[in-house]
Amino acid sequence: MSAPAGPQTTAQAGAEPRRLTLNMGPQHPSTHGVLRLVLELDGETVVRAQPEIGFLHTGIEKQCEQRFYHQVVPLTDRADYLAPLSNNLCYCLAVEKLLGLQVPPRAQWMRVMLAELTRLNSHLVWLGTHALDIGAMSVFLYCFREREDILRIFELFSGQRMMTSYFRIGGLALDAPRGWHQAVRRFIEGFPSKVDEYEDLLTRNPIWLRRTQGIGYVPLEELLELGVSGPMVRAAGLAWDIRKAEPYSGYEQFDFEVPTRTAGDVYARYQVRLEEMRQSARIIKQALEGMPSGPFLADAPQVVLPPREKMKTEMEALIYHFKLVTEGFRVPPGEVYQAVESPRGELAYYVVSDGSSKPWRLYMRTPSFANLQCLPRMLEGGLIADVVAGLGSLDFVLGDVDR
Amino acid sequence: MSPETQQSFPVAELLAWDPEAVFDGKLDYGELTLWIVPARILPVCERLKQEHGFRRLSSITAVDWWPVEPRFEVVYHLHNLERGQRLRLKCRLRADESIDSVTSVWRGADWYEREVFDMFGIHFRNHPDLRRILLPEDWTEHPLRKDFPVHGRRYDYAEADRP
Repeated sequence: MSAPAGPQTTAQAGAEPRRLTLNMGPQHPSTHGVLRLVLELDGETVVRAQPEIGFLHTGIEKQCEQRFYHQVVPLTDRADYLAPLSNNLCYCLAVEKLLGLQVPPRAQWMRVMLAELTRLNSHLVWLGTHALDIGAMSVFLYCFREREDILRIFELFSGQRMMTSYFRIGGLALDAPRGWHQAVRRFIEGFPSKVDEYEDLLTRNPIWLRRTQGIGYVPLEELLELGVSGPMVRAAGLAWDIRKAEPYSGYEQFDFEVPTRTAGDVYARYQVRLEEMRQSARIIKQALEGMPSGPFLADAPQVVLPPREKMKTEMEALIYHFKLVTEGFRVPPGEVYQAVESPRGELAYYVVSDGSSKPWRLYMRTPSFANLQCLPRMLEGGLIADVVAGLGSLDFVLGDVDR
Repeated sequence: MSPETQQSFPVAELLAWDPEAVFDGKLDYGELTLWIVPARILPVCERLKQEHGFRRLSSITAVDWWPVEPRFEVVYHLHNLERGQRLRLKCRLRADESIDSVTSVWRGADWYEREVFDMFGIHFRNHPDLRRILLPEDWTEHPLRKDFPVHGRRYDYAEADRP
């Protein structure tokens, strides 16, 4: 009789017979996409954790070099597919900086409002899946209930639920649709009480506390050393938020706080993100109440497409439309680095122009890529049961990592 | 280099410390860029981190100016959190040149340098683990080089499997 087949893992022979190498992913449900993690285990302790990335690499940066500046906007959606509007915003701001273009206040405020709705959307997906990974199934249903409302608002604005591509260089694709005010108001007035519901489910839940408190701790110094940004560093005590430190798109006119915690563990990251949701709701409310009227596109006919009506009735506008669509517009030579606070941290676009109508080089400094780098530091020395808790607290999106 | 650039932080201090290391600079769109002699990149980064508070390395990337020589520019984005200041360092490299790794200064440089190696084929000396990061290990080219076609090269699977 033959011996029973062993588990789907390979025990290392030789000096350390107890070490076990375990392959987690790339199709594991809690790796949120296609992350492969090679874990080396000693009993239940993780000795080494090695992330393997690149399964979702689609060469977006290379594709951007072949497109006119305005054709790049839909590509930026596909990098971080949970925060498409943050990516749109960052790219548009970078090109506007190169062009020296002034965006009218209405477009700026609309961008802020939608970027914050994007943050809520992203944090809701994070909270739902993170809790699901740890075993709190019902939170997922609550979070996706609100996420659905946000996606409906996105659909109302842009016609799309996820890949919105709503921002344009110089402003917005369309003016806000009829009924947008009521739709956003209805959502945002109910939202703070929904956050209370999530807190009721988790904040003092003893199982949740034991699965998250003291888990995945990384000191602030090491986080900065590894290039980590966003809620991760705020949960370790640093009140650094690009919306406050380097305000863009009129964020300096909004009143909000940067929540921080000092514990630096999975629970602290949970607390910071929940508090961020409340702050985002505040910003959206202010944007809703003080929304300026006026044009939604910059007054720059050489960059911005003419209005549809004019294009159909005036020869001049038709010529501009034709030229812009077929030839793009030229951007003066130079380079800019534009950073924004995406839901995951510092998102930045480094755009190099050679004076033509296509970017010579477009580099996306994505927060997930940098944040994922601290994963070995976070997991090594911990228990294998805590791996998914640590992974979830990073809140990475593989599209954002691999581009 | 304009006098305004020369006097700004931390250019004046760097020039006083080692006038040879920085050979050009500019202040555009409110962003400071310095060109560093490639051989001096490691001491310059150490100095900037230890003495001038550039604790964060935001990113490392590269730009390919093919067919101009030297074709590569390695670009470092540094960040001083206390002053809220960003700084861009650039090193020009020919295709056959390599550059010192800055992983000994910021541990986070590890993945960025691997990505630049993967996409551009620039070699970083003394990097602890310089492997491809996004593309498969048996890939032979560097797609973000300008002489690499955007649609890639034709790959014959039947041919590749044959011994």
